Amino acid sequence: MGLEPAQAALARVPAGPQAVKLRASPAVKVGISISIATGLYGISFGALSVTSGLNLWQTMALSLLLFSGGSQFAFIGVVAGGGSGIAAMSAATLLGMRNGIYGMQLNALLRPTGWRKYVGAQLTIDESTATSTGQADPAEQRRGFWTAGIGIYVLWNIFTLIGALAGSGLGDPRQWGLDGAAVAAFLALLWPRLKGREPVAIAVACAVATVIAVPFVPPGVPILVAAVVAALAGWLSHGRRDEGLEPDIEPYAHPGGRHARGNAADAGSQPGDTPDQAAAP
Amino acid sequence: MSLWIWLLIACVLAYAWKLVGYFVPAKFLEDPRASRIAGTMTIGLLASLTVVNAVASGQALAADARLGAMAAAAVALAFRAPFLVVVIAGAGTAALLRLLGWN
Repeated sequence: MGLEPAQAALARVPAGPQAVKLRASPAVKVGISISIATGLYGISFGALSVTSGLNLWQTMALSLLLFSGGSQFAFIGVVAGGGSGIAAMSAATLLGMRNGIYGMQLNALLRPTGWRKYVGAQLTIDESTATSTGQADPAEQRRGFWTAGIGIYVLWNIFTLIGALAGSGLGDPRQWGLDGAAVAAFLALLWPRLKGREPVAIAVACAVATVIAVPFVPPGVPILVAAVVAALAGWLSHGRRDEGLEPDIEPYAHPGGRHARGNAADAGSQPGDTPDQAAAP
Repeated sequence: MSLWIWLLIACVLAYAWKLVGYFVPAKFLEDPRASRIAGTMTIGLLASLTVVNAVASGQALAADARLGAMAAAAVALAFRAPFLVVVIAGAGTAALLRLLGWN
């Protein structure tokens, strides 16, 4: 359904099932495609996790309970490198800080009440935040968040399980290049965030600090050294406040399709889905 | 067993971060410093995790097939390949280089 002003006003009535045809909602469509794309790479997490030395239940606990891709990869990445449990926990926790910022944005945007806050919190990740904040209409923002959040949660866990079962039958993970897969996964998580000179400079500085620290401190700790360098850079810098902070995916096809809160005015037409034609009776 | 404990603590803290966002007053959003640090820390940690997994073997540094994997992943990313393709490119390159004798 195209969100003409009148319909948008109707749709703003909190998500009654009849308020809008869900299948025609652009946010739901985007949410579903993001869910499939993101859920699928749960396979690589599951496989890498078991080859890092975690068992099936530990792998599933990370996907079910921790549920934040970057932090999950960080946890198993530190363990795979011989790091201690506390170093793995620290790296995962520091990476999870951004979800707190997303939570603030989503709370201001969606204003969830009661149990929805507690469930929504668990679903607050890069992708669900991006799907929601890219929408202009409050009802669509809500649908985008819940569709992407629930969809990714379900698929991510299913594909983690598949990956973990496949990975445990592989034998020597190095023979299959799975340690190379981990490197590629981290680079792929980092890449979309390198949008300007400052993020690149921070990434390089932290990479150098890491390499220098490796011979001198126990495994896992170099990552925390890099975290300190990055935090100092954030503390001291005066650049654009949200640089590098955006969720690390771009669910909307055309440039400028994603909008921070406050820019919603120019998000009127949603990309890719041409909702008006799609929903024309 | 102790890995389980740290793993569960990580899960609890991850949820705590997420939940905190829903309960702090909105005016904290106006503090740019917290947002900036969350952003720079994410970049720094991912960069660090990338190189640690590429060149560290315990406390030693090594140039092995993982460097090839990193290069292959960078090429795939430059061509805007999707996540799963990037990961497969990394794995395939490392496996191939090992097959060719570069450990």
